[in-house]
Amino acid sequence: MIEILICLLMVIGAFFMFVAGLGLVRMPDLFLRMSCSTKAGTIGIGALLLALAIYFADFGVAARAVATIGFIFLTAPVSSHRIGRIAYLVGVPLWKYTVADEFKDAYPPDACKTFGQECAIPDMNAPD
Amino acid sequence: MLQATIQYIVFPLLCGAFTLGFIRLVIGPTLPDRIMAFELVSTSSAGIIVAYAVSSGVPVLLDVASVWAIISFLSVIAFAFYIERWRGEP
Repeated sequence: MIEILICLLMVIGAFFMFVAGLGLVRMPDLFLRMSCSTKAGTIGIGALLLALAIYFADFGVAARAVATIGFIFLTAPVSSHRIGRIAYLVGVPLWKYTVADEFKDAYPPDACKTFGQECAIPDMNAPD
Repeated sequence: MLQATIQYIVFPLLCGAFTLGFIRLVIGPTLPDRIMAFELVSTSSAGIIVAYAVSSGVPVLLDVASVWAIISFLSVIAFAFYIERWRGEP
């Protein structure tokens, strides 16, 4: 009975990981790709680690597995937000059918100067 | 049953995710695409480590997977700082 649960969790985790890879290849845009790969990859590794915690049935192993799940659930949105914001500011093109671009007027052209440093985000239209 | 499931379903799916991540890593038109593909590759390799830990019955491999996840997060953050200070075609 518990073995069937472990099998089911592992198959669900591997399936979500495969869907993440498929979305990463098939989606037309960086931001859609990022949405696919981050969410599905996070739930995939979470299900795999939960299956490992159930399989070993040991307090130390389960505590480390749950800590790893919590760490991944905390850090995957942070890293993808970081990459997405920088990619938008650098000027990665959107998909041609994108309808909403609420980030368009949110930043002045010298946005990164508010951190008190030299503006390092390149102007893609300037002659170098 | 568990061994057969892991060997015939879980490992091929995880290796497929790994391969698709590498395809995007090669053809990705911009640098942030490649960084996201790298993140998926490292996540799926952590998944392969976890599946191998269940398959072989060695719980110490869980420590390897957690350290792997931590290092992949740090490398993605380092790449984000690198893009912030970089000039050129994306």
